[in-house]
Amino acid sequence: MSRVPLRPLARILSARQKGEDHKAIENENIHQRMLAARGRQRQMAEGRLLIASICFAVAFSAVGVKMFALSSTEPREPRTASSASKIYAQRANIVDRNGRILATNLSTYSLYAQPHLMTDPENSAVELATIFPDLGVEDLLEDFTGKRKFLWIKKKISPEQKQRVHDIGDPGLLFGPREMRLYPNGKLAAHVLGGAGFGREDVHSAEVIGNAGVERTFDAFLRDPAQENAPLELAIDLSVQDTAERVLYGGMKLMNAKAASSVLMDVKTGEIISLVSLPDFDPNTRPNPKATLDAADNPLFNRAVQGVYELGSTFKLFTIAQALELGLMNKNTMIPTRGPLVWGKFKIRDFHDYGAKLSVTDVLVKSSNIGTAKIAIDIGVKRQKEFLDSLGLLTATPLEISEAAGGRPQLPPNWSELSAMTISYGHGIANSPVHLAAAYSSILNGGYKVEPTILKNPNPERGERVVSEQVSATMRDLLRQVVVRGTASFGEVAGYEVGGKTGTADKPNPQGGYYEDKVIATFASVFPASNPRYVLIVTLDEPSENSGAKPRRTAGWTAVPVAAEMIRRIAPLVGLRPVIEPGPGFGIVQAKGSSQ
Amino acid sequence: MRVFVYLCLGAMVMFLAFWAYRENYETQEALRQVETLQGEIGELRTSIRVQEAEWAYLNRPNRLRELTELNFERLELMPLAPQHFGSLEQVAYPELPELGEITETIELRGELPNDEGSIQTTLSTGGQP
Repeated sequence: MSRVPLRPLARILSARQKGEDHKAIENENIHQRMLAARGRQRQMAEGRLLIASICFAVAFSAVGVKMFALSSTEPREPRTASSASKIYAQRANIVDRNGRILATNLSTYSLYAQPHLMTDPENSAVELATIFPDLGVEDLLEDFTGKRKFLWIKKKISPEQKQRVHDIGDPGLLFGPREMRLYPNGKLAAHVLGGAGFGREDVHSAEVIGNAGVERTFDAFLRDPAQENAPLELAIDLSVQDTAERVLYGGMKLMNAKAASSVLMDVKTGEIISLVSLPDFDPNTRPNPKATLDAADNPLFNRAVQGVYELGSTFKLFTIAQALELGLMNKNTMIPTRGPLVWGKFKIRDFHDYGAKLSVTDVLVKSSNIGTAKIAIDIGVKRQKEFLDSLGLLTATPLEISEAAGGRPQLPPNWSELSAMTISYGHGIANSPVHLAAAYSSILNGGYKVEPTILKNPNPERGERVVSEQVSATMRDLLRQVVVRGTASFGEVAGYEVGGKTGTADKPNPQGGYYEDKVIATFASVFPASNPRYVLIVTLDEPSENSGAKPRRTAGWTAVPVAAEMIRRIAPLVGLRPVIEPGPGFGIVQAKGSSQ
Repeated sequence: MRVFVYLCLGAMVMFLAFWAYRENYETQEALRQVETLQGEIGELRTSIRVQEAEWAYLNRPNRLRELTELNFERLELMPLAPQHFGSLEQVAYPELPELGEITETIELRGELPNDEGSIQTTLSTGGQP
């Protein structure tokens, strides 16, 4: 490395000798040096930039490669994390209030074909048709020899069927694992559970999604992995539900009814212990919803929830409870019942002539339409509407069965005074049995509003007050009298103090008007009346009791005996002991104490 | 000296490389084992679910009712009805075993306080004190 002197002395000296200005030479020299230094610095900076850009390029390409690898490979479960070792089923169980299984999952297989891999399509088609009798040989062969590369043959097959398909030995017949929904109790609580089917399907797995009932309402909950397969606990009691279904089915056949429904509700919590709608279906093989045209004849139709009917005289309870609550009268006030009551072109009649007047108690006990209508006039349209609304009778119930939203009450388009009169005895307004159960519970449990629920919820928040404690007690007493000496005398069950109100409403004819000989018979009951625990609503569709000379269709002859048998069978199952009914004036009259 | 340090470092690197190599394979083996175990757990869980489903299926009310009807002569089971509630007096308790006469007396030894300080006394108790 040659050293360059700081000052170009040779040139300076020679310039001095010549008498020239040496400053210019020095300045030029400095300029040269600066240029050289700048060149070096530039080189260094460029080198640094290069290194930095290489670093960046390496880093970003590493990220890019990883991203590509992640996106192009099959997803894999984390193997090292020990906390993720729990393996859950795709869909949680549904259990009853005592933890007994109502719906669970089972792994099974689906069968699909890849025709281009098949060796002997003719033989396979014939063999498959013998294993699955519902498949046709021609259809299968057409599929196997056509252009399709893939087709599903069966969505769910049993292990035996799988073995037999295996034995065919065709490489084009393949199996995919499946989880299927199983309802081990068959038809039991079919309308509550609804059903489930497959959603998006793949060879390796398929989504199981709820089609109806609670399966549909709680679909997201049942499939949520964050719930860690916590079962969905319903308020339904399996043994009560089974008994209710069996007794109601027997009653329906005995009374020649074409359909029936019942709701058993806890008066304090609004929990539905059993909900039956007949005819029913097996949720394991849910029928095609389009199989029958008339919705009301379809077994999938949930009468207890979706079916809105005019519930007849059962509504008289609401009219009288409101009149007592408003202080318009007491239970002994006499009401004129001379009929018929004429209002414009409309006449209101009673089933029998009850004479000139009846007490409020007897209006309910004997079920006088005229008396109730007179009370409704005193109450007025606005107050009646408000009261029915406070009981939840004017809107769809908040019940967590997906069909409940469809059970919208039918109200008169113009709520006139005449509407108020007919609604007071349950005509001109249509509600579902669940509506009725919730409204009866609200009035009879001491006067607090309850919301119907299908979920186990033993300690719900207390609802707002709808009637006073005293009115509630009076109404229980009146309902008890309906059974003891009124229209529901067949409802007596020894030891259980049944109280209740019958209701018989003519069925509306779709062509207009009402049928002469088709009724909906309803019995709304509460037991035990002195300390109510449960409300039971039984509804029979087109019943007729034919033991007498003329067919009897009133609820007192049809729905009431069925309900009584249900109470007799169900009450012991829910742990109610028969007790001696406290007579009038029962209680501690005098207490003697002795101090020692 | 410097050569010795280099040799040491080289040996250390080789040892660490060997250790890392072994550790790597052991980890992979452990992961495989975990996977197998998790697969086994999954299978066991599935079979538990199947058995629960089967239990529920075998205990469905319909089947139990049919079984009680078939075996009515032996079991005499009836649907629960109000009259089946009993009272406590109806329960047949086993008779109390009769107590024989007490023959052997037990000797008790203790102190009974009295006014003049404590005096040791011996008491004998029998069937009737």
